[in-house]
Amino acid sequence: MTADVVAIDDALAQYDPVMGLEVHVELNTKSKMFCGCPTEFGAPPNTQTCPVCLGLPGALPVVNRRGVESAIKIGLALNCEIAEWCRFARKNYFYPDMPKNFQTSQYDEPIAFNGWTEVVVDGETYRIEIERAHMEEDTGKSTHVGGATGRIQGASHSLVDYNRAGIPLIEIVTKTIEVPPAKAAAVARAFVSQLRDLLLALDVSDVRMDQGSLRCDANVSLKPSGATALGTRTETKNVNSFRSVERAITYEITRQAAVLNAGGKILQETRHWHEDTGITTSGREKSDADDYRYFPEPDLVPVAPSREWVEELRATLPEAPSLRRVRLQTDWGFTDLEMRDVINSGALESIVLTIDLGVAAAAAKKWWLGELARFANESGTDLDALPVGPAEVAEVQKLVDAGTLNDKLARQVFEGLLAGEGTPAEVIEKRGLALVSDDGPLLEAIDRAIAANPGVVEKVNSGKPAAAGALIGAVMKDMRGQADAAKVRELLNAKLGI
Amino acid sequence: MPSITREEVAHLARLARIELSDAELDHLAPQLDQIITLVGQVSQVAADDIPPTSHALPLTNVMREDENVPCLTPEQALSGAPAAEAQRFRVPRILEED
Amino acid sequence: MSDLTRKTAVELSELMVSKQASSVEVTQAHLDRIGAVDGSVKAFLHVDTEGALAQAAAVDAKRAAGEKLGPLAGVPLALKDVLTQEGVPTTAGSKILEGWKPPYDSTVVKRLKAAGIVILGKTNMDEFAMGSSTENSAYGTTHNPWDLARIPGGSGGGSSAAISAYEAPLAIGTDTGGSIRQPGAFTGTVGVKPTYGGTSRYGLIALASSLDTPGPCARTTLDAALLHEVIAGWDPLDSTSINQDVPPVVAAARNGDVSGLRIGVVKELGGEGYQPGVEARFHEAVELLTKLGAEVVEVSCPHFQYALPAYYLILPSEASSNLAKFDAMRYGLRVGDDGTNSAEKVTSLSREAGFGDEVKRRIILGTHALSSGYYDAYYGQAQKVRTLIAQDFTKAYEQVDVLVSPATPTTAFAIGDRIDDPIAMYKNDLCTIPSNLAGNAAASFPCGLADEDGLPVGFHVMAPVMRDDLLYTVGAALESALAEQWGGVLMTKAPELEVTR
Ligand SMILES: [Zn+2]
Repeated sequence: MTADVVAIDDALAQYDPVMGLEVHVELNTKSKMFCGCPTEFGAPPNTQTCPVCLGLPGALPVVNRRGVESAIKIGLALNCEIAEWCRFARKNYFYPDMPKNFQTSQYDEPIAFNGWTEVVVDGETYRIEIERAHMEEDTGKSTHVGGATGRIQGASHSLVDYNRAGIPLIEIVTKTIEVPPAKAAAVARAFVSQLRDLLLALDVSDVRMDQGSLRCDANVSLKPSGATALGTRTETKNVNSFRSVERAITYEITRQAAVLNAGGKILQETRHWHEDTGITTSGREKSDADDYRYFPEPDLVPVAPSREWVEELRATLPEAPSLRRVRLQTDWGFTDLEMRDVINSGALESIVLTIDLGVAAAAAKKWWLGELARFANESGTDLDALPVGPAEVAEVQKLVDAGTLNDKLARQVFEGLLAGEGTPAEVIEKRGLALVSDDGPLLEAIDRAIAANPGVVEKVNSGKPAAAGALIGAVMKDMRGQADAAKVRELLNAKLGI
Repeated sequence: MPSITREEVAHLARLARIELSDAELDHLAPQLDQIITLVGQVSQVAADDIPPTSHALPLTNVMREDENVPCLTPEQALSGAPAAEAQRFRVPRILEED
Repeated sequence: MSDLTRKTAVELSELMVSKQASSVEVTQAHLDRIGAVDGSVKAFLHVDTEGALAQAAAVDAKRAAGEKLGPLAGVPLALKDVLTQEGVPTTAGSKILEGWKPPYDSTVVKRLKAAGIVILGKTNMDEFAMGSSTENSAYGTTHNPWDLARIPGGSGGGSSAAISAYEAPLAIGTDTGGSIRQPGAFTGTVGVKPTYGGTSRYGLIALASSLDTPGPCARTTLDAALLHEVIAGWDPLDSTSINQDVPPVVAAARNGDVSGLRIGVVKELGGEGYQPGVEARFHEAVELLTKLGAEVVEVSCPHFQYALPAYYLILPSEASSNLAKFDAMRYGLRVGDDGTNSAEKVTSLSREAGFGDEVKRRIILGTHALSSGYYDAYYGQAQKVRTLIAQDFTKAYEQVDVLVSPATPTTAFAIGDRIDDPIAMYKNDLCTIPSNLAGNAAASFPCGLADEDGLPVGFHVMAPVMRDDLLYTVGAALESALAEQWGGVLMTKAPELEVTR
């Protein structure tokens, strides 16, 4: 059943949303969190399992050092305190994709806690407090058979592949995010998006959202505008892209507002986000969901990261995103507005790489924002998925700098590149796009222009040299744009004696 | 006043996924009541400032390097499965029938 | 040649080294003995005749080729059915695992195989090691070779009965609250619980992770020490395993010199509830040790009285979680999969059908103890009691080198006596449990027969963490002094079993 919704503006006029995010990140370790099985995505089913991650009787876990290291790095990058001593805990509940029927996780002793980060939305900076980041393990993967389109509802049975079981996860939990109501969903999206950049920079995860290596749960509740008492919250799971973070939260706000407006009550429940239909639906109530019977994992010993180790890891951290942004803006000489456009376009990292290849900042921004981000946006593709990267942009810009292309031709080169017509050289060759640099054909075109425009020549000769501009236009048109305008001006001026 | 009621035992059995019969519940509940009274003695020990113990030696930081070791073959992995299909463990429907 | 099954492991090894017997002959003799008496003892759940003979032949071939072999190479052993052995049925005494063949070896089994020890088969036990009599086995009770109407102790009753019935010279047990020591005491054999973490738990089907400890069972102290040395030592697959050298247990068992050793008799482990014949033999043994030069004092461990309640919180809590994996999805018994029932229903039906009463009792108790609202009062508080018990030990070890007590309050009781009185059953383990909670080393050595019933009494020795060698020092001293009195180890007094086949 689809719940009725109200318009988002109406919802926000009446209610303040209160949000919290839980993000699960699959680490890019070679082996699983507690055993030596590989973690390749897409391997044939049950080929990456062992007694430990299959939960066979007798098997025991051993902690992956790189998993702990990655957790500490993430904690540090989110300005968290790192525990001097912490333990794993068992979270007990039954589910067929969980081999031991408990998840080895952390409970009241997370490895990282009390952190913060900042995100920028529409030029405004928002601070997001981090409650904790803790280590745990992933579950296996079920395929549901016999129901409609692989859904769990109506399935006759399920098939379980435990390749994913035991892959290290870091769960990052924010504190309540309180921002102006109209910004809530966008801030949540910006947080997840920035988190992805951070995890990539830390080299702790591949962050392939399409492969589920970053998964988001969003807690949303509403309170009447200006009120202090919190409303009942729902937890929406399966929010697995940046766009859906914003959409799912917006949807939950509009759905809850509709329920409240109709005098209904919000149930404290788990809801599932459906990317295809753009709605959330209620998950099944689980009778034992609230009693996980956590207790310290007796098969593992405490983790007590020495302060030396923590400092060593801190020294390897990349620059904090907010500081880096300020530095880049200064280096590049962009205005605040320009920098905001760059960040909103999602092309920041590509521009950095392009500039590293020797391209001027303004030119890099021009191509990435003017051509490539625009194209990605219009065609609904991810910027990273385009066939044009920093190397191609740098190659094209070098030809512009050398006078082989002008901006207009360069745009056509990008068009060809995006259409998959090959390398820049191949596109130029196929489309015949290089500028004519030989004086001969240019002089002939100038002669034709002079002959065809006697009135203009007369004006020039009568002391109005500015009129020569019309002749340049004529020559450029004659050359079908494939001439360097400056060169044409130089030759024309010589011819006309000005 | 028993330390645990029959209803509580039934709830715990559900939580532990054991489909106890009524006869078993009748039998188990009073036994558990007795045992819980016995074990409840631990609360008589004043131990507020005492740290918990879980190992004869206080070990910390036992970790392995991030290296791969050979896996089971899928045949070995599935060798004990009550049912298998398409190289996966076949399990009954996860949700109750509507 | 005299009966090979009456030999100790050391004697068998000497026969094989001197080529007077092959491992195949030794193994076959024990397989024959199993065939002859196990119909009435019922120590084994599975006898791996083919596998054992193949292992024995391999050892013989290596010996013939002049390869250097360990001191126990070619000696047969009985393995408690709670340890995985690749391709050999492993049930932990439960219906829920009937027919399961693990695809991997436990670390203990890997080390036994590497030492050339021949594994005869898997021995009976209380289901998932929950019990003190083997009556909780899903496959029937094991009988005490000293009196077939009595239980052999538990949970490792099968292993102790096997060596007591001369079906094997060596056996492996696991001790969570006394499951090696109590059956050792009841069958007149040696049972050692090493320091927790001194032997690997990898491949041991977990009962209570923070208590379980594999260890050796044998008819003599030296045999036990040799086996101890084979299975002990750091294992990278067990995070709780201790990365230190194995204590010099074999040297201690060969030496057995207690002169100057300070021995503390635990005041709290005796008196009311203790069978007179048990106390009499225990005190005689203490006197004997005094005569051998030990200094004996009485010490008090005031928190031991809370060991039993703490144990029956920690064990069920951990067990309830450890046994959750038996859900009928990946292995083991599946009941009720009719195409209509949900996974949850099938899990519940399978666990109902696959688990016995005691397992259900403890799972429910543990589920209760870990439930929200009870954790601090129960599991949390019990972990603190562990600290108090460990502190009792530490204080005692400031005064003495080892502590001693009877291994059990009574001798072996009759089959059926306590089966539906859980608390009476739990009290069997009063003396043994404190060492599991504190994690220190402990052992039971035979010290005579009780006057009332003529059944074996166990002398319990507790040594500090990683001082397992001290157990063997005391055990060896006692064993040789008593053998002098008796003209042989206690086992020589055991009645002859009737050959049933
Ligand atoms: Zn694995």
